[in-house]
Amino acid sequence: MSLLNYFRSTKPNSASVAKDRLQILVAHERATRNQPSYLPELQKELLAVIQKYVNVNDDAITVSFEQEDNQEMLELNIVLPEESTK
Amino acid sequence: MGRIIVITSGKGGVGKTTTSAAIAMGLAKKGHKTVVIDFDVGLRNLDLVMGCERRVVYDLINVINEESSLNQALIKDKRCNQLFILPASQTRDKDALSQEGIEKILNQLKKEFKYIVCDSPAGIERGAQLAMYFADDAFVVTNPEVSSVRDSDRMLGILASKSQRAENDEEPIQEYLLLSRYSPSRVKMGEMLSVEDVQEILSMDLLGVVPESQAVLNASNKGIPVILDEQSDAGQAYADIVARYLGEEREHRFIDEEKKGLFGKLFRSK
Repeated sequence: MSLLNYFRSTKPNSASVAKDRLQILVAHERATRNQPSYLPELQKELLAVIQKYVNVNDDAITVSFEQEDNQEMLELNIVLPEESTK
Repeated sequence: MGRIIVITSGKGGVGKTTTSAAIAMGLAKKGHKTVVIDFDVGLRNLDLVMGCERRVVYDLINVINEESSLNQALIKDKRCNQLFILPASQTRDKDALSQEGIEKILNQLKKEFKYIVCDSPAGIERGAQLAMYFADDAFVVTNPEVSSVRDSDRMLGILASKSQRAENDEEPIQEYLLLSRYSPSRVKMGEMLSVEDVQEILSMDLLGVVPESQAVLNASNKGIPVILDEQSDAGQAYADIVARYLGEEREHRFIDEEKKGLFGKLFRSK
């Protein structure tokens, strides 16, 4: 069985692994490159305000910025802890 | 008016200086008056690759500080009378570079030369940023390898935002991909990113592929730009690149594995 698997194996070669990793990385880095410079500060301040009322972790909030044609979209995502929702 | 070309990459050791020397010599050999400037202040090496290290008297920093005139610092190439070299300083550090000083020198050179080739240092610090700030064209030298591709993409971001053209809202810097140290046999085995892979990731136009070649080390050992080794694969690849940049149609070469017949296999001539 294992011998059969060996011959059948469609293990991706290292170049395609490299390509996949780079495509994800480059897309992510390009997205953050075009975002406004105030974004990290905004995220920090929003987090501070939310933490005043809800006990959330530092990584509970993500702010993303997207640009499509002439529309700019600011997306705010807050993950509340499970206890507070119950 | 001269045109400013920056040879850049972000990552070190991908072949910026080899490319700068080859491209500058290629343009000059085509009859265009060309100057090549080493921006790697503190770690100059272009003079060595060009084979004029013993003729350096004044350097870029001397000119910026007005300790010498531009003409005193320019070294005339002994092989091609259309080519001049402006070396970097070995003793000073990159803080000695001032934007105003560079701008003044480039404006002066633009009046006299058709092409001004700027050999950027590695990294994204002051030297690298100043080398590209005034550029019209950028040759992004990339190896088919993850860290080099990532750094090239980073450079594209900087070229698009932190150049004079970007800041003045002018036409953006023209970017060209130059893929070097390419090994078609490893690509075929799935061990190396292919030309198409790199183009797809970076979404750039390909100016040319330079194969991994023994001729490059042989040439730099002797201080001869590899483009002068007309028999070599790398020399021919650079000659193609220069011709394409100047608008000639040339089919891409050195992308596929060379097919050797039985005779070639028996007598490995290269």
